[in-house]
Amino acid sequence: MEALVAIAIGVMTSCAIYLMLRARTFPVILGLTLLSYAVNLFIFVMGRLSTGNPAVIGSGETYPDPVPQALVLTAIVIGFAMTAFILVLALRARVELGNDHVDGNQEGRT
Amino acid sequence: MSHWILIPILLPLFTGLALLIWSDRICVTRAISATSALALLAVDLLLLQRAAEGTISLYALGNWPPPFGIVLVLDRLAALMLVMTSVLALFVIWYAACDRDQPGDSLHPLIHFLLMGLNGAFLTGDIFNLFVFFEVLLLSSYALLLHGGGKERARAGFHYVVLNLAGSALFLIAVSLLYGVTGTLNMADMGQRIAQLDPADRPLAITGGLLLFAVFGLKAAVAPLYFWLPSAYAAAAGPVAALFAVMTKLGIYSMVRVYSLVFASEPGLLLPWLWPLALVTLAAGIVGVLAARELRRQVAYLVLVSVGTLLLGVAMNSQQALAASLYYLVHSTWICAALFILVDLMRQQRGLLEDTIESGPPLVQGTILGIFFFVACASVVGLPPTSGFVGKVNLMQAVSSTVEAVWVWPALLISGLLTITALSRSGTTIFWRTTGDVIAQSRAGVMPMVAVGGLLLISIVFSFAGDPVLSFMSDTAQQLADSTAYLEASSLFQPVERGDIR
Repeated sequence: MEALVAIAIGVMTSCAIYLMLRARTFPVILGLTLLSYAVNLFIFVMGRLSTGNPAVIGSGETYPDPVPQALVLTAIVIGFAMTAFILVLALRARVELGNDHVDGNQEGRT
Repeated sequence: MSHWILIPILLPLFTGLALLIWSDRICVTRAISATSALALLAVDLLLLQRAAEGTISLYALGNWPPPFGIVLVLDRLAALMLVMTSVLALFVIWYAACDRDQPGDSLHPLIHFLLMGLNGAFLTGDIFNLFVFFEVLLLSSYALLLHGGGKERARAGFHYVVLNLAGSALFLIAVSLLYGVTGTLNMADMGQRIAQLDPADRPLAITGGLLLFAVFGLKAAVAPLYFWLPSAYAAAAGPVAALFAVMTKLGIYSMVRVYSLVFASEPGLLLPWLWPLALVTLAAGIVGVLAARELRRQVAYLVLVSVGTLLLGVAMNSQQALAASLYYLVHSTWICAALFILVDLMRQQRGLLEDTIESGPPLVQGTILGIFFFVACASVVGLPPTSGFVGKVNLMQAVSSTVEAVWVWPALLISGLLTITALSRSGTTIFWRTTGDVIAQSRAGVMPMVAVGGLLLISIVFSFAGDPVLSFMSDTAQQLADSTAYLEASSLFQPVERGDIR
């Protein structure tokens, strides 16, 4: 299971990096979103993978580490807010600059 | 347990909220904003006085004892950074109140939210909490950078936000990696666990540490991660650029804090990277200063030069060098802010030329602005009797071997010489090689002059008060090197009993 999750995180991160290197703002934002998914999964996995453990402390002999779950919630909320912000910023840059190139100029078209 | 430690975070938060509610009358906004900045400075001075006695105070949020809960830690370094930030904020708010703000705009609330993030980042003793406060201040800084609107800001702003979001993702990976191997988020506790780490887990911890270096390097604009800085700082509005002078220093602060606390048992982790990166950053900054065609961009590259110089001090890795670096850190923050405000004033008196370094109409207040520019440049280059001189001399004296001297002395002296060449060219072009008539209606009032003059005066006072300030800095460096004091403070911590709260 560890290998599967590791491969999933790796594939997501590499797709995110590919998208972030694109020259249009929308793929870049998609890349950032994908990167934050990969990071969230990574944080979650840092509490070690286990199956069949009860989520509530005291209802079984073992329980999963609760701290990464709290961390990943914080990271999700912050990532969500930042994505909303950068979407608005990209729309405004599109209006101000007249195109959606990340550097704001049409010449560098890919 | 004293609740005063919480004030530098809560005061800007509530001020920002209050300013959002009462935003329709500009005089009310300014009054609230300035009063809050003054109160913040007073509280920070009080905290500095307490920290100067050498005790490390802990504040456990929610009464959860460390290492389980989040703690705020007040030591000499944190108090120093708090006072530096609040002095800067006071002058920036003063300057913003000189008609750089509009009724109903969010400049003042955003400045206070940024201050909340900064103060929280300086005080926290928890590495995930550090990330959260980084996000708080970054979100305010995104909005501040775009303040005023326009093409240039939209373009620079998009780059700045994307880079910092990628940086935040790296920060999260590093923190969770460190949590994965140590099982704690408290920085002091994490340091202890890393010292006793299973050799099999050590490479993971090292990876986490180096990832964190990349994140802090991005914030501090260390080469090769500095390309966002010149265009962002040159595009920002005057007061915003002045306030951003502290942002790169936050990166340096985080490096000093995290590597002295978490990676104290791995002293060789950063050193092979710091030397070359410091020299490359310094060189890149100097090339930028020489090549810049607008004054704002030139000052932005001066920020980069100060980052390179500071990294050199940190790379020397001795208490004396760290003390000298801390002095230089405070000096360079204030003087770069003064330069940004000054350039903003000069820009408004040159009509369509703005801040391009070309001969143009003489400035209405050329004499006073020229004197200010001369003093500011002398300080940023490091000529006596300004604080830049004291800072650089101390950095040079801090070399511990001939090999270090061979690298540090030429780096500092040649960078000083090239900076003075570039700045004197800009100064003579703008103030002396003038053509045409003055633009009379662009005269600035007394108040903005006071903001610049005050910051420059502080630079000179800071140089004459060099002896007590430097002895405080060396105490600070000593406290940082002695990590046992920090651990003692957390082991002596007693949770408040229920009865005591009532």
